[in-house]
Amino acid sequence: MVKQEKSSAPKKKLSLNGNSFLLLITVGLFLAMYAAGMVIFADKGFAKPQMFFNLFITNAGLLVISMGLTIVMISGGIDISVGSVTALVCMVVAYSMENMGMSAYVAVVLALGIGLLYGLVQGFLVAYLEIQPFIVTLAGLFFGRGMTAVISKEMISIKNETFLAWANYKIYLPIGSYSKRGKFLPAYIYPTVVIAIVILILIIIIMKFTKFGRSVYAVGGNTQSAMMMGLNVRKIRLKAYILDGLLAGCGGFLFCLNSCAGFVEQAKGLEMDAISSAVIGGTLLSGGVGTPFGTLFGVLIKGTITSLITTQGTLSSWWVRIVLSVLLCFFIVLQSVLGNLKKKK
Amino acid sequence: MKRKIVSALLCVSMIAVMLTGCGGGSSSSSEGGDTEQSEESGDGDSSDGELITVGFAQVGAESDWRTANSESMKETFSEANGYELIFDDAQQKQENQITAIRNFIQQEVDYIVLAPVTETGWDTVLQEAKDADIPVITVDRMVDVSDDSLFVSYVGGNFKLEGDKACEWLKAYADAKNISELNIAHIQGTIGASAQIGRTEGLEEAAKKYGWNIVAQQTGEFTQAKGQEVMESMLKQHDNINVVYCENDNEAFGAIDAIKAAGKTVGPDGDILVLSFDTVKAGIEMTMSGEIICNTECNPLHGPRVAELIQKLEAGEELEKIAYIDEGIFAYGSDVASVTIDGTEYEVTEVTQEVVDGRKY
Repeated sequence: MVKQEKSSAPKKKLSLNGNSFLLLITVGLFLAMYAAGMVIFADKGFAKPQMFFNLFITNAGLLVISMGLTIVMISGGIDISVGSVTALVCMVVAYSMENMGMSAYVAVVLALGIGLLYGLVQGFLVAYLEIQPFIVTLAGLFFGRGMTAVISKEMISIKNETFLAWANYKIYLPIGSYSKRGKFLPAYIYPTVVIAIVILILIIIIMKFTKFGRSVYAVGGNTQSAMMMGLNVRKIRLKAYILDGLLAGCGGFLFCLNSCAGFVEQAKGLEMDAISSAVIGGTLLSGGVGTPFGTLFGVLIKGTITSLITTQGTLSSWWVRIVLSVLLCFFIVLQSVLGNLKKKK
Repeated sequence: MKRKIVSALLCVSMIAVMLTGCGGGSSSSSEGGDTEQSEESGDGDSSDGELITVGFAQVGAESDWRTANSESMKETFSEANGYELIFDDAQQKQENQITAIRNFIQQEVDYIVLAPVTETGWDTVLQEAKDADIPVITVDRMVDVSDDSLFVSYVGGNFKLEGDKACEWLKAYADAKNISELNIAHIQGTIGASAQIGRTEGLEEAAKKYGWNIVAQQTGEFTQAKGQEVMESMLKQHDNINVVYCENDNEAFGAIDAIKAAGKTVGPDGDILVLSFDTVKAGIEMTMSGEIICNTECNPLHGPRVAELIQKLEAGEELEKIAYIDEGIFAYGSDVASVTIDGTEYEVTEVTQEVVDGRKY
């Protein structure tokens, strides 16, 4: 009896930790939703492995962008410019290759350069001039969308061979499924998925095991005490934004590999998808709490809802937004309840 | 004690999560049950046996035209007709359409119908569809892909022909009414849109052929407000305009407002003749009153034509790459009975109350 109590005690503590409890719910929710989909829509191909990989293929760009947003949100900031950075990156990539004849490799550098520049400028304004991050990144949002339209109002289709080879390179996996006609179709992913997963792992390591990662949590959790601990708060904030910018540039490029075109209207509202993914993944808007791993599940949940509703076939696709809003609401309330409990303790 | 309360709370919330998860699931499962049942009944009814599954990736619901287009598809691909339609509204986002098509592929639909948001960026996902042996039919807009075999056919309006029809009608009408000199104000659509390109080409060719004057040419961006603004400035610059060629109904509405505001009259007995395209409900009503003298249709009812193509594919026939949709010409009065373009005769419909009432959109 005594032994049992002892072993259950640390477990309880773990589940009381707001951070990991939120994560648990997110992961559980994703598994429950996906399992439900597999049962209900088994005859509509939901149980196929490819359906699962499609979640990653479709959301590779969003995943990387959400990683950046997670870091910034943990540091106590916000970045709503990522959607238009994506549009700008797509446009610059398309324009540089199609109208200026640059190689695909230069386009990659350009994409990352745009992201880096965005991170530097926005990070400087937020960290050193102490301007509200919302306003700074709102300006970034307008600037990005505006510049995209200035470069070209027309849609530019990417025909660069190297680029298309990257975009269409299928990596076949050893698993697969049989089609109705009995043909074996191996599951596949694109290089974008590999890149996104590698970045995800890198960010998990950075946030968990490096000094920078832990400092970000400290700054976001309580700026005052972080400062007293001798942390250079400004520098850490700047670094967080630079990393976020880089990831936005990279995510934008992955997005472009998926759509193969540059266009003003692209990725509108992507920042909201990224923010909601981070929040559903357990990131607190007030900072200090959140994990890249949780954000992964936030993204997957968003993808699963879309899949479920498309598979269902008769529901309006606006239901995706409605379900997401309900989930967001649920998670925010949960966060606030947990926060209050913490304070009381 | 506190801990107990906390853990109880957590348990409740967990259960709530589970319930919401299951709740969402069960409602859709009942829907799923419905389709299964009807599938069974379909088995009994139709001679072919199974329902043909069609995934339709629609642009959105941004205009009346688009809504009519969606409705036409839904009506045609009903279970009664032997189809199961999976409809996806992309909310004007290409990335949503790409996701939807990937989903259709995994569902192993028999055919994918795509009304693309944009003309480009389809190579990757259409290749996936091709690899899965699912034929893709594009409607309304063409897709610009490096390999033409990625889609089997395009169904849509022939915008150049629409332009030609309007111009031939104008020629015939001018001859009938003995109007010797035509001074045309040309309000274009959004530059670069396929409708604008085709309709502009039609007018410019006809103007060259018949010696008409295009006195002014400017874009009205397919909107009423811009159409009005452009017409106002054109009327100030030129006082000899007797024909306005608007590239859609909304522009025509704006132009007519501007003409009236300038103290001129429109219609068969007025100062200016207004030609328009699309023939939406409000447009055809104005054609009945003569305010729009001739309205060339841009037919949104793509469903039957697409179904025809699918039946051909089912029968193993080869398809033409481009399948234009039948489109009418609606005019005030019966001065012109038909127009002939490239040897084909197109009937002109005189707009009466009956025609207006029979119009669904």
